[in-house]
Amino acid sequence: MQLMMPNLQPVMPEITMTVLALLVLVADLVIKRKETIGLLSIITAAIVAYFLTTAKGTAFNGMFLSDGYSIFFKLIFLMNLILTVLISVKYLSVERVNFGEYYSLILFSTLGMMVMASAGDLIVLYLGLELMALSTYILAGFLRYDMKSNEAALKYFLLGAFASAFLLYGTALVYGMTGTTDLKEIAGYIALNGLAQNPMLILAMIFVAVAFSFKIAAVPFHMWAPDAYEGAPTSITAYMSVGPKAAGFAVIGRVFLVAFGGMKVEWSAVLIPIAILTMGLGNIVAISQTNIKRMLAYSSIAHAGYALLGIIAGTPDGLASVMVYMLVYAFMNIGAFAVIIMLRSGDFKGDSLSDYEGLAKTHPLAAGLMLVFMFSLTGIPPTAGFMGKFYLFMSAIQAGYTWVVLIAVIFSAISAYFYLRVVMLMYMKEPKETVALSSSPAIGLALAVALVGVLAIGVVPSFFVNFAKAAVAGF
Amino acid sequence: MSMLPQMFFGYFASAIVVLSLLVITRKNPVHSVMWMLLLFFHIASMYLFLNAEFIAAIQVIVYAGAILVLFLFVVLLLNLKEELQADRFIGTWPAGLLVSAAIFVSLAAALQKFVPGPKGNFTIDLIQRVTHTKVLGQVLYTEYLFPFEIASLVLLIAVIGAIVLAKKRMRSH
Repeated sequence: MQLMMPNLQPVMPEITMTVLALLVLVADLVIKRKETIGLLSIITAAIVAYFLTTAKGTAFNGMFLSDGYSIFFKLIFLMNLILTVLISVKYLSVERVNFGEYYSLILFSTLGMMVMASAGDLIVLYLGLELMALSTYILAGFLRYDMKSNEAALKYFLLGAFASAFLLYGTALVYGMTGTTDLKEIAGYIALNGLAQNPMLILAMIFVAVAFSFKIAAVPFHMWAPDAYEGAPTSITAYMSVGPKAAGFAVIGRVFLVAFGGMKVEWSAVLIPIAILTMGLGNIVAISQTNIKRMLAYSSIAHAGYALLGIIAGTPDGLASVMVYMLVYAFMNIGAFAVIIMLRSGDFKGDSLSDYEGLAKTHPLAAGLMLVFMFSLTGIPPTAGFMGKFYLFMSAIQAGYTWVVLIAVIFSAISAYFYLRVVMLMYMKEPKETVALSSSPAIGLALAVALVGVLAIGVVPSFFVNFAKAAVAGF
Repeated sequence: MSMLPQMFFGYFASAIVVLSLLVITRKNPVHSVMWMLLLFFHIASMYLFLNAEFIAAIQVIVYAGAILVLFLFVVLLLNLKEELQADRFIGTWPAGLLVSAAIFVSLAAALQKFVPGPKGNFTIDLIQRVTHTKVLGQVLYTEYLFPFEIASLVLLIAVIGAIVLAKKRMRSH
């Protein structure tokens, strides 16, 4: 038997990430200052980003696709990783869970997302998803002494396992009918044999859609999200509201536009109701929240609904707008969570909405930053949130889904109520007590990066949109 | 004589359904685990029946042997007196039943239209000639090398997770 070395060039970022994540895990044994481990993980992300530049191509017989599409998403994951580590460093010592495994778990979770974005095969996709999800379950329960954190991890785990079962059932049915798990071959087989209207295949597609809806927390598969987001350590809430969601959209784009590309009519009939329900419930229930982490959980649900519009459009432009939106969302959401984390100090939890009363008087800079991020989440120009939504809605209108966009705009207007209420509390109320901010250079850097990101994409969106469009070109 | 395979399959398939129901409805967790042991043996027989002797052996050794013993240990360490009084299902189980029934009905209806995909390279004939273990090993370490390596990382995460969640100190200084 002849042994052939596979072409590893496209997988180099993932291999590098694996090796360095293992090194970070071992380094934890000898390094006492856990902040150093955080620094090591940021260096890891930078090295992996460097390897991404030379990683175009396919490997393992098309199981692994390193194209512009996946590289764009991987950059979002790495940005998410860096920002999360920056906001975690101080927070972990405030919560007194300063353990090194935290960082290696984040690295492995990001590795799972990278595998998902590059998956050209349903088996690789599933394994990447499990790698991402398992690491995130553990991170959600990282505050072992806190019952809410335990609850978050357990709920996330149980419902995540449930979603995995759906994905596997769908995959098994697709494999049974097409004899392959390769995304492109599935599409070819469906087209060749005219299976697009086959009820069994439609059912398989629905199972897969259900599984991915769990991952992006789309209604009616969102039930885990508010509890998981509220209970998890705040830095991890920020991380899992961006990373797994972006990874979910990366695989939705790939599976629905490639493998089920010939079933557009069928899957848009499934995704449109999901998108409308997601935007509706997310925005309306967010109004009645009193805990800001819970409020942002519902906001995160609503944003998944907006992003689904780009998938429903089903065009390269739609896909590009989803990619830009995920980048925008990463900056504005992690920025907002960074401010929430700063309010956490000593015995003061700082996650109740009333804690923000009069923040502009006591800490004007933090309040100003929160104002920008809340404006961006609402979608007010000149912030990135407006541009992201603009391109999403445009692509959906061009694809002929004007009525869905109309509904999205209405719900988006409703969302202004609860985002701007935070601003109102900060600027128009008197402070009840003076709280100390637990700021650090790292969190300052994270806030600066998030602010620059939100403003840059808001002011010169065309640069980022063209970048995303060029990335989609090779899809 | 030609009916024999169908009869075997019918027995195992229905036994698996009945045993699964027994696992989730027993009040005593020890009984649940015991039924699960029987369930795993039936699944192993099903694999054997499909000419997959390696998977069958793994099913018995790993699931029935290792994992179930672990389950038993955990169950025995729990406070059974409290556990026995707790209800087996939460209040919303009729909703769950309704959804499951709907999925079952739609699957059963769609089953009529199921068109099996093309047959692959690995016919029963070839597998019997080369042996199942060898074929599986060859495919796993060539064509499926990449997923196999990711699976190893998934297992590593499980180990790290167990240590982080169970063994680490609650708080750092």
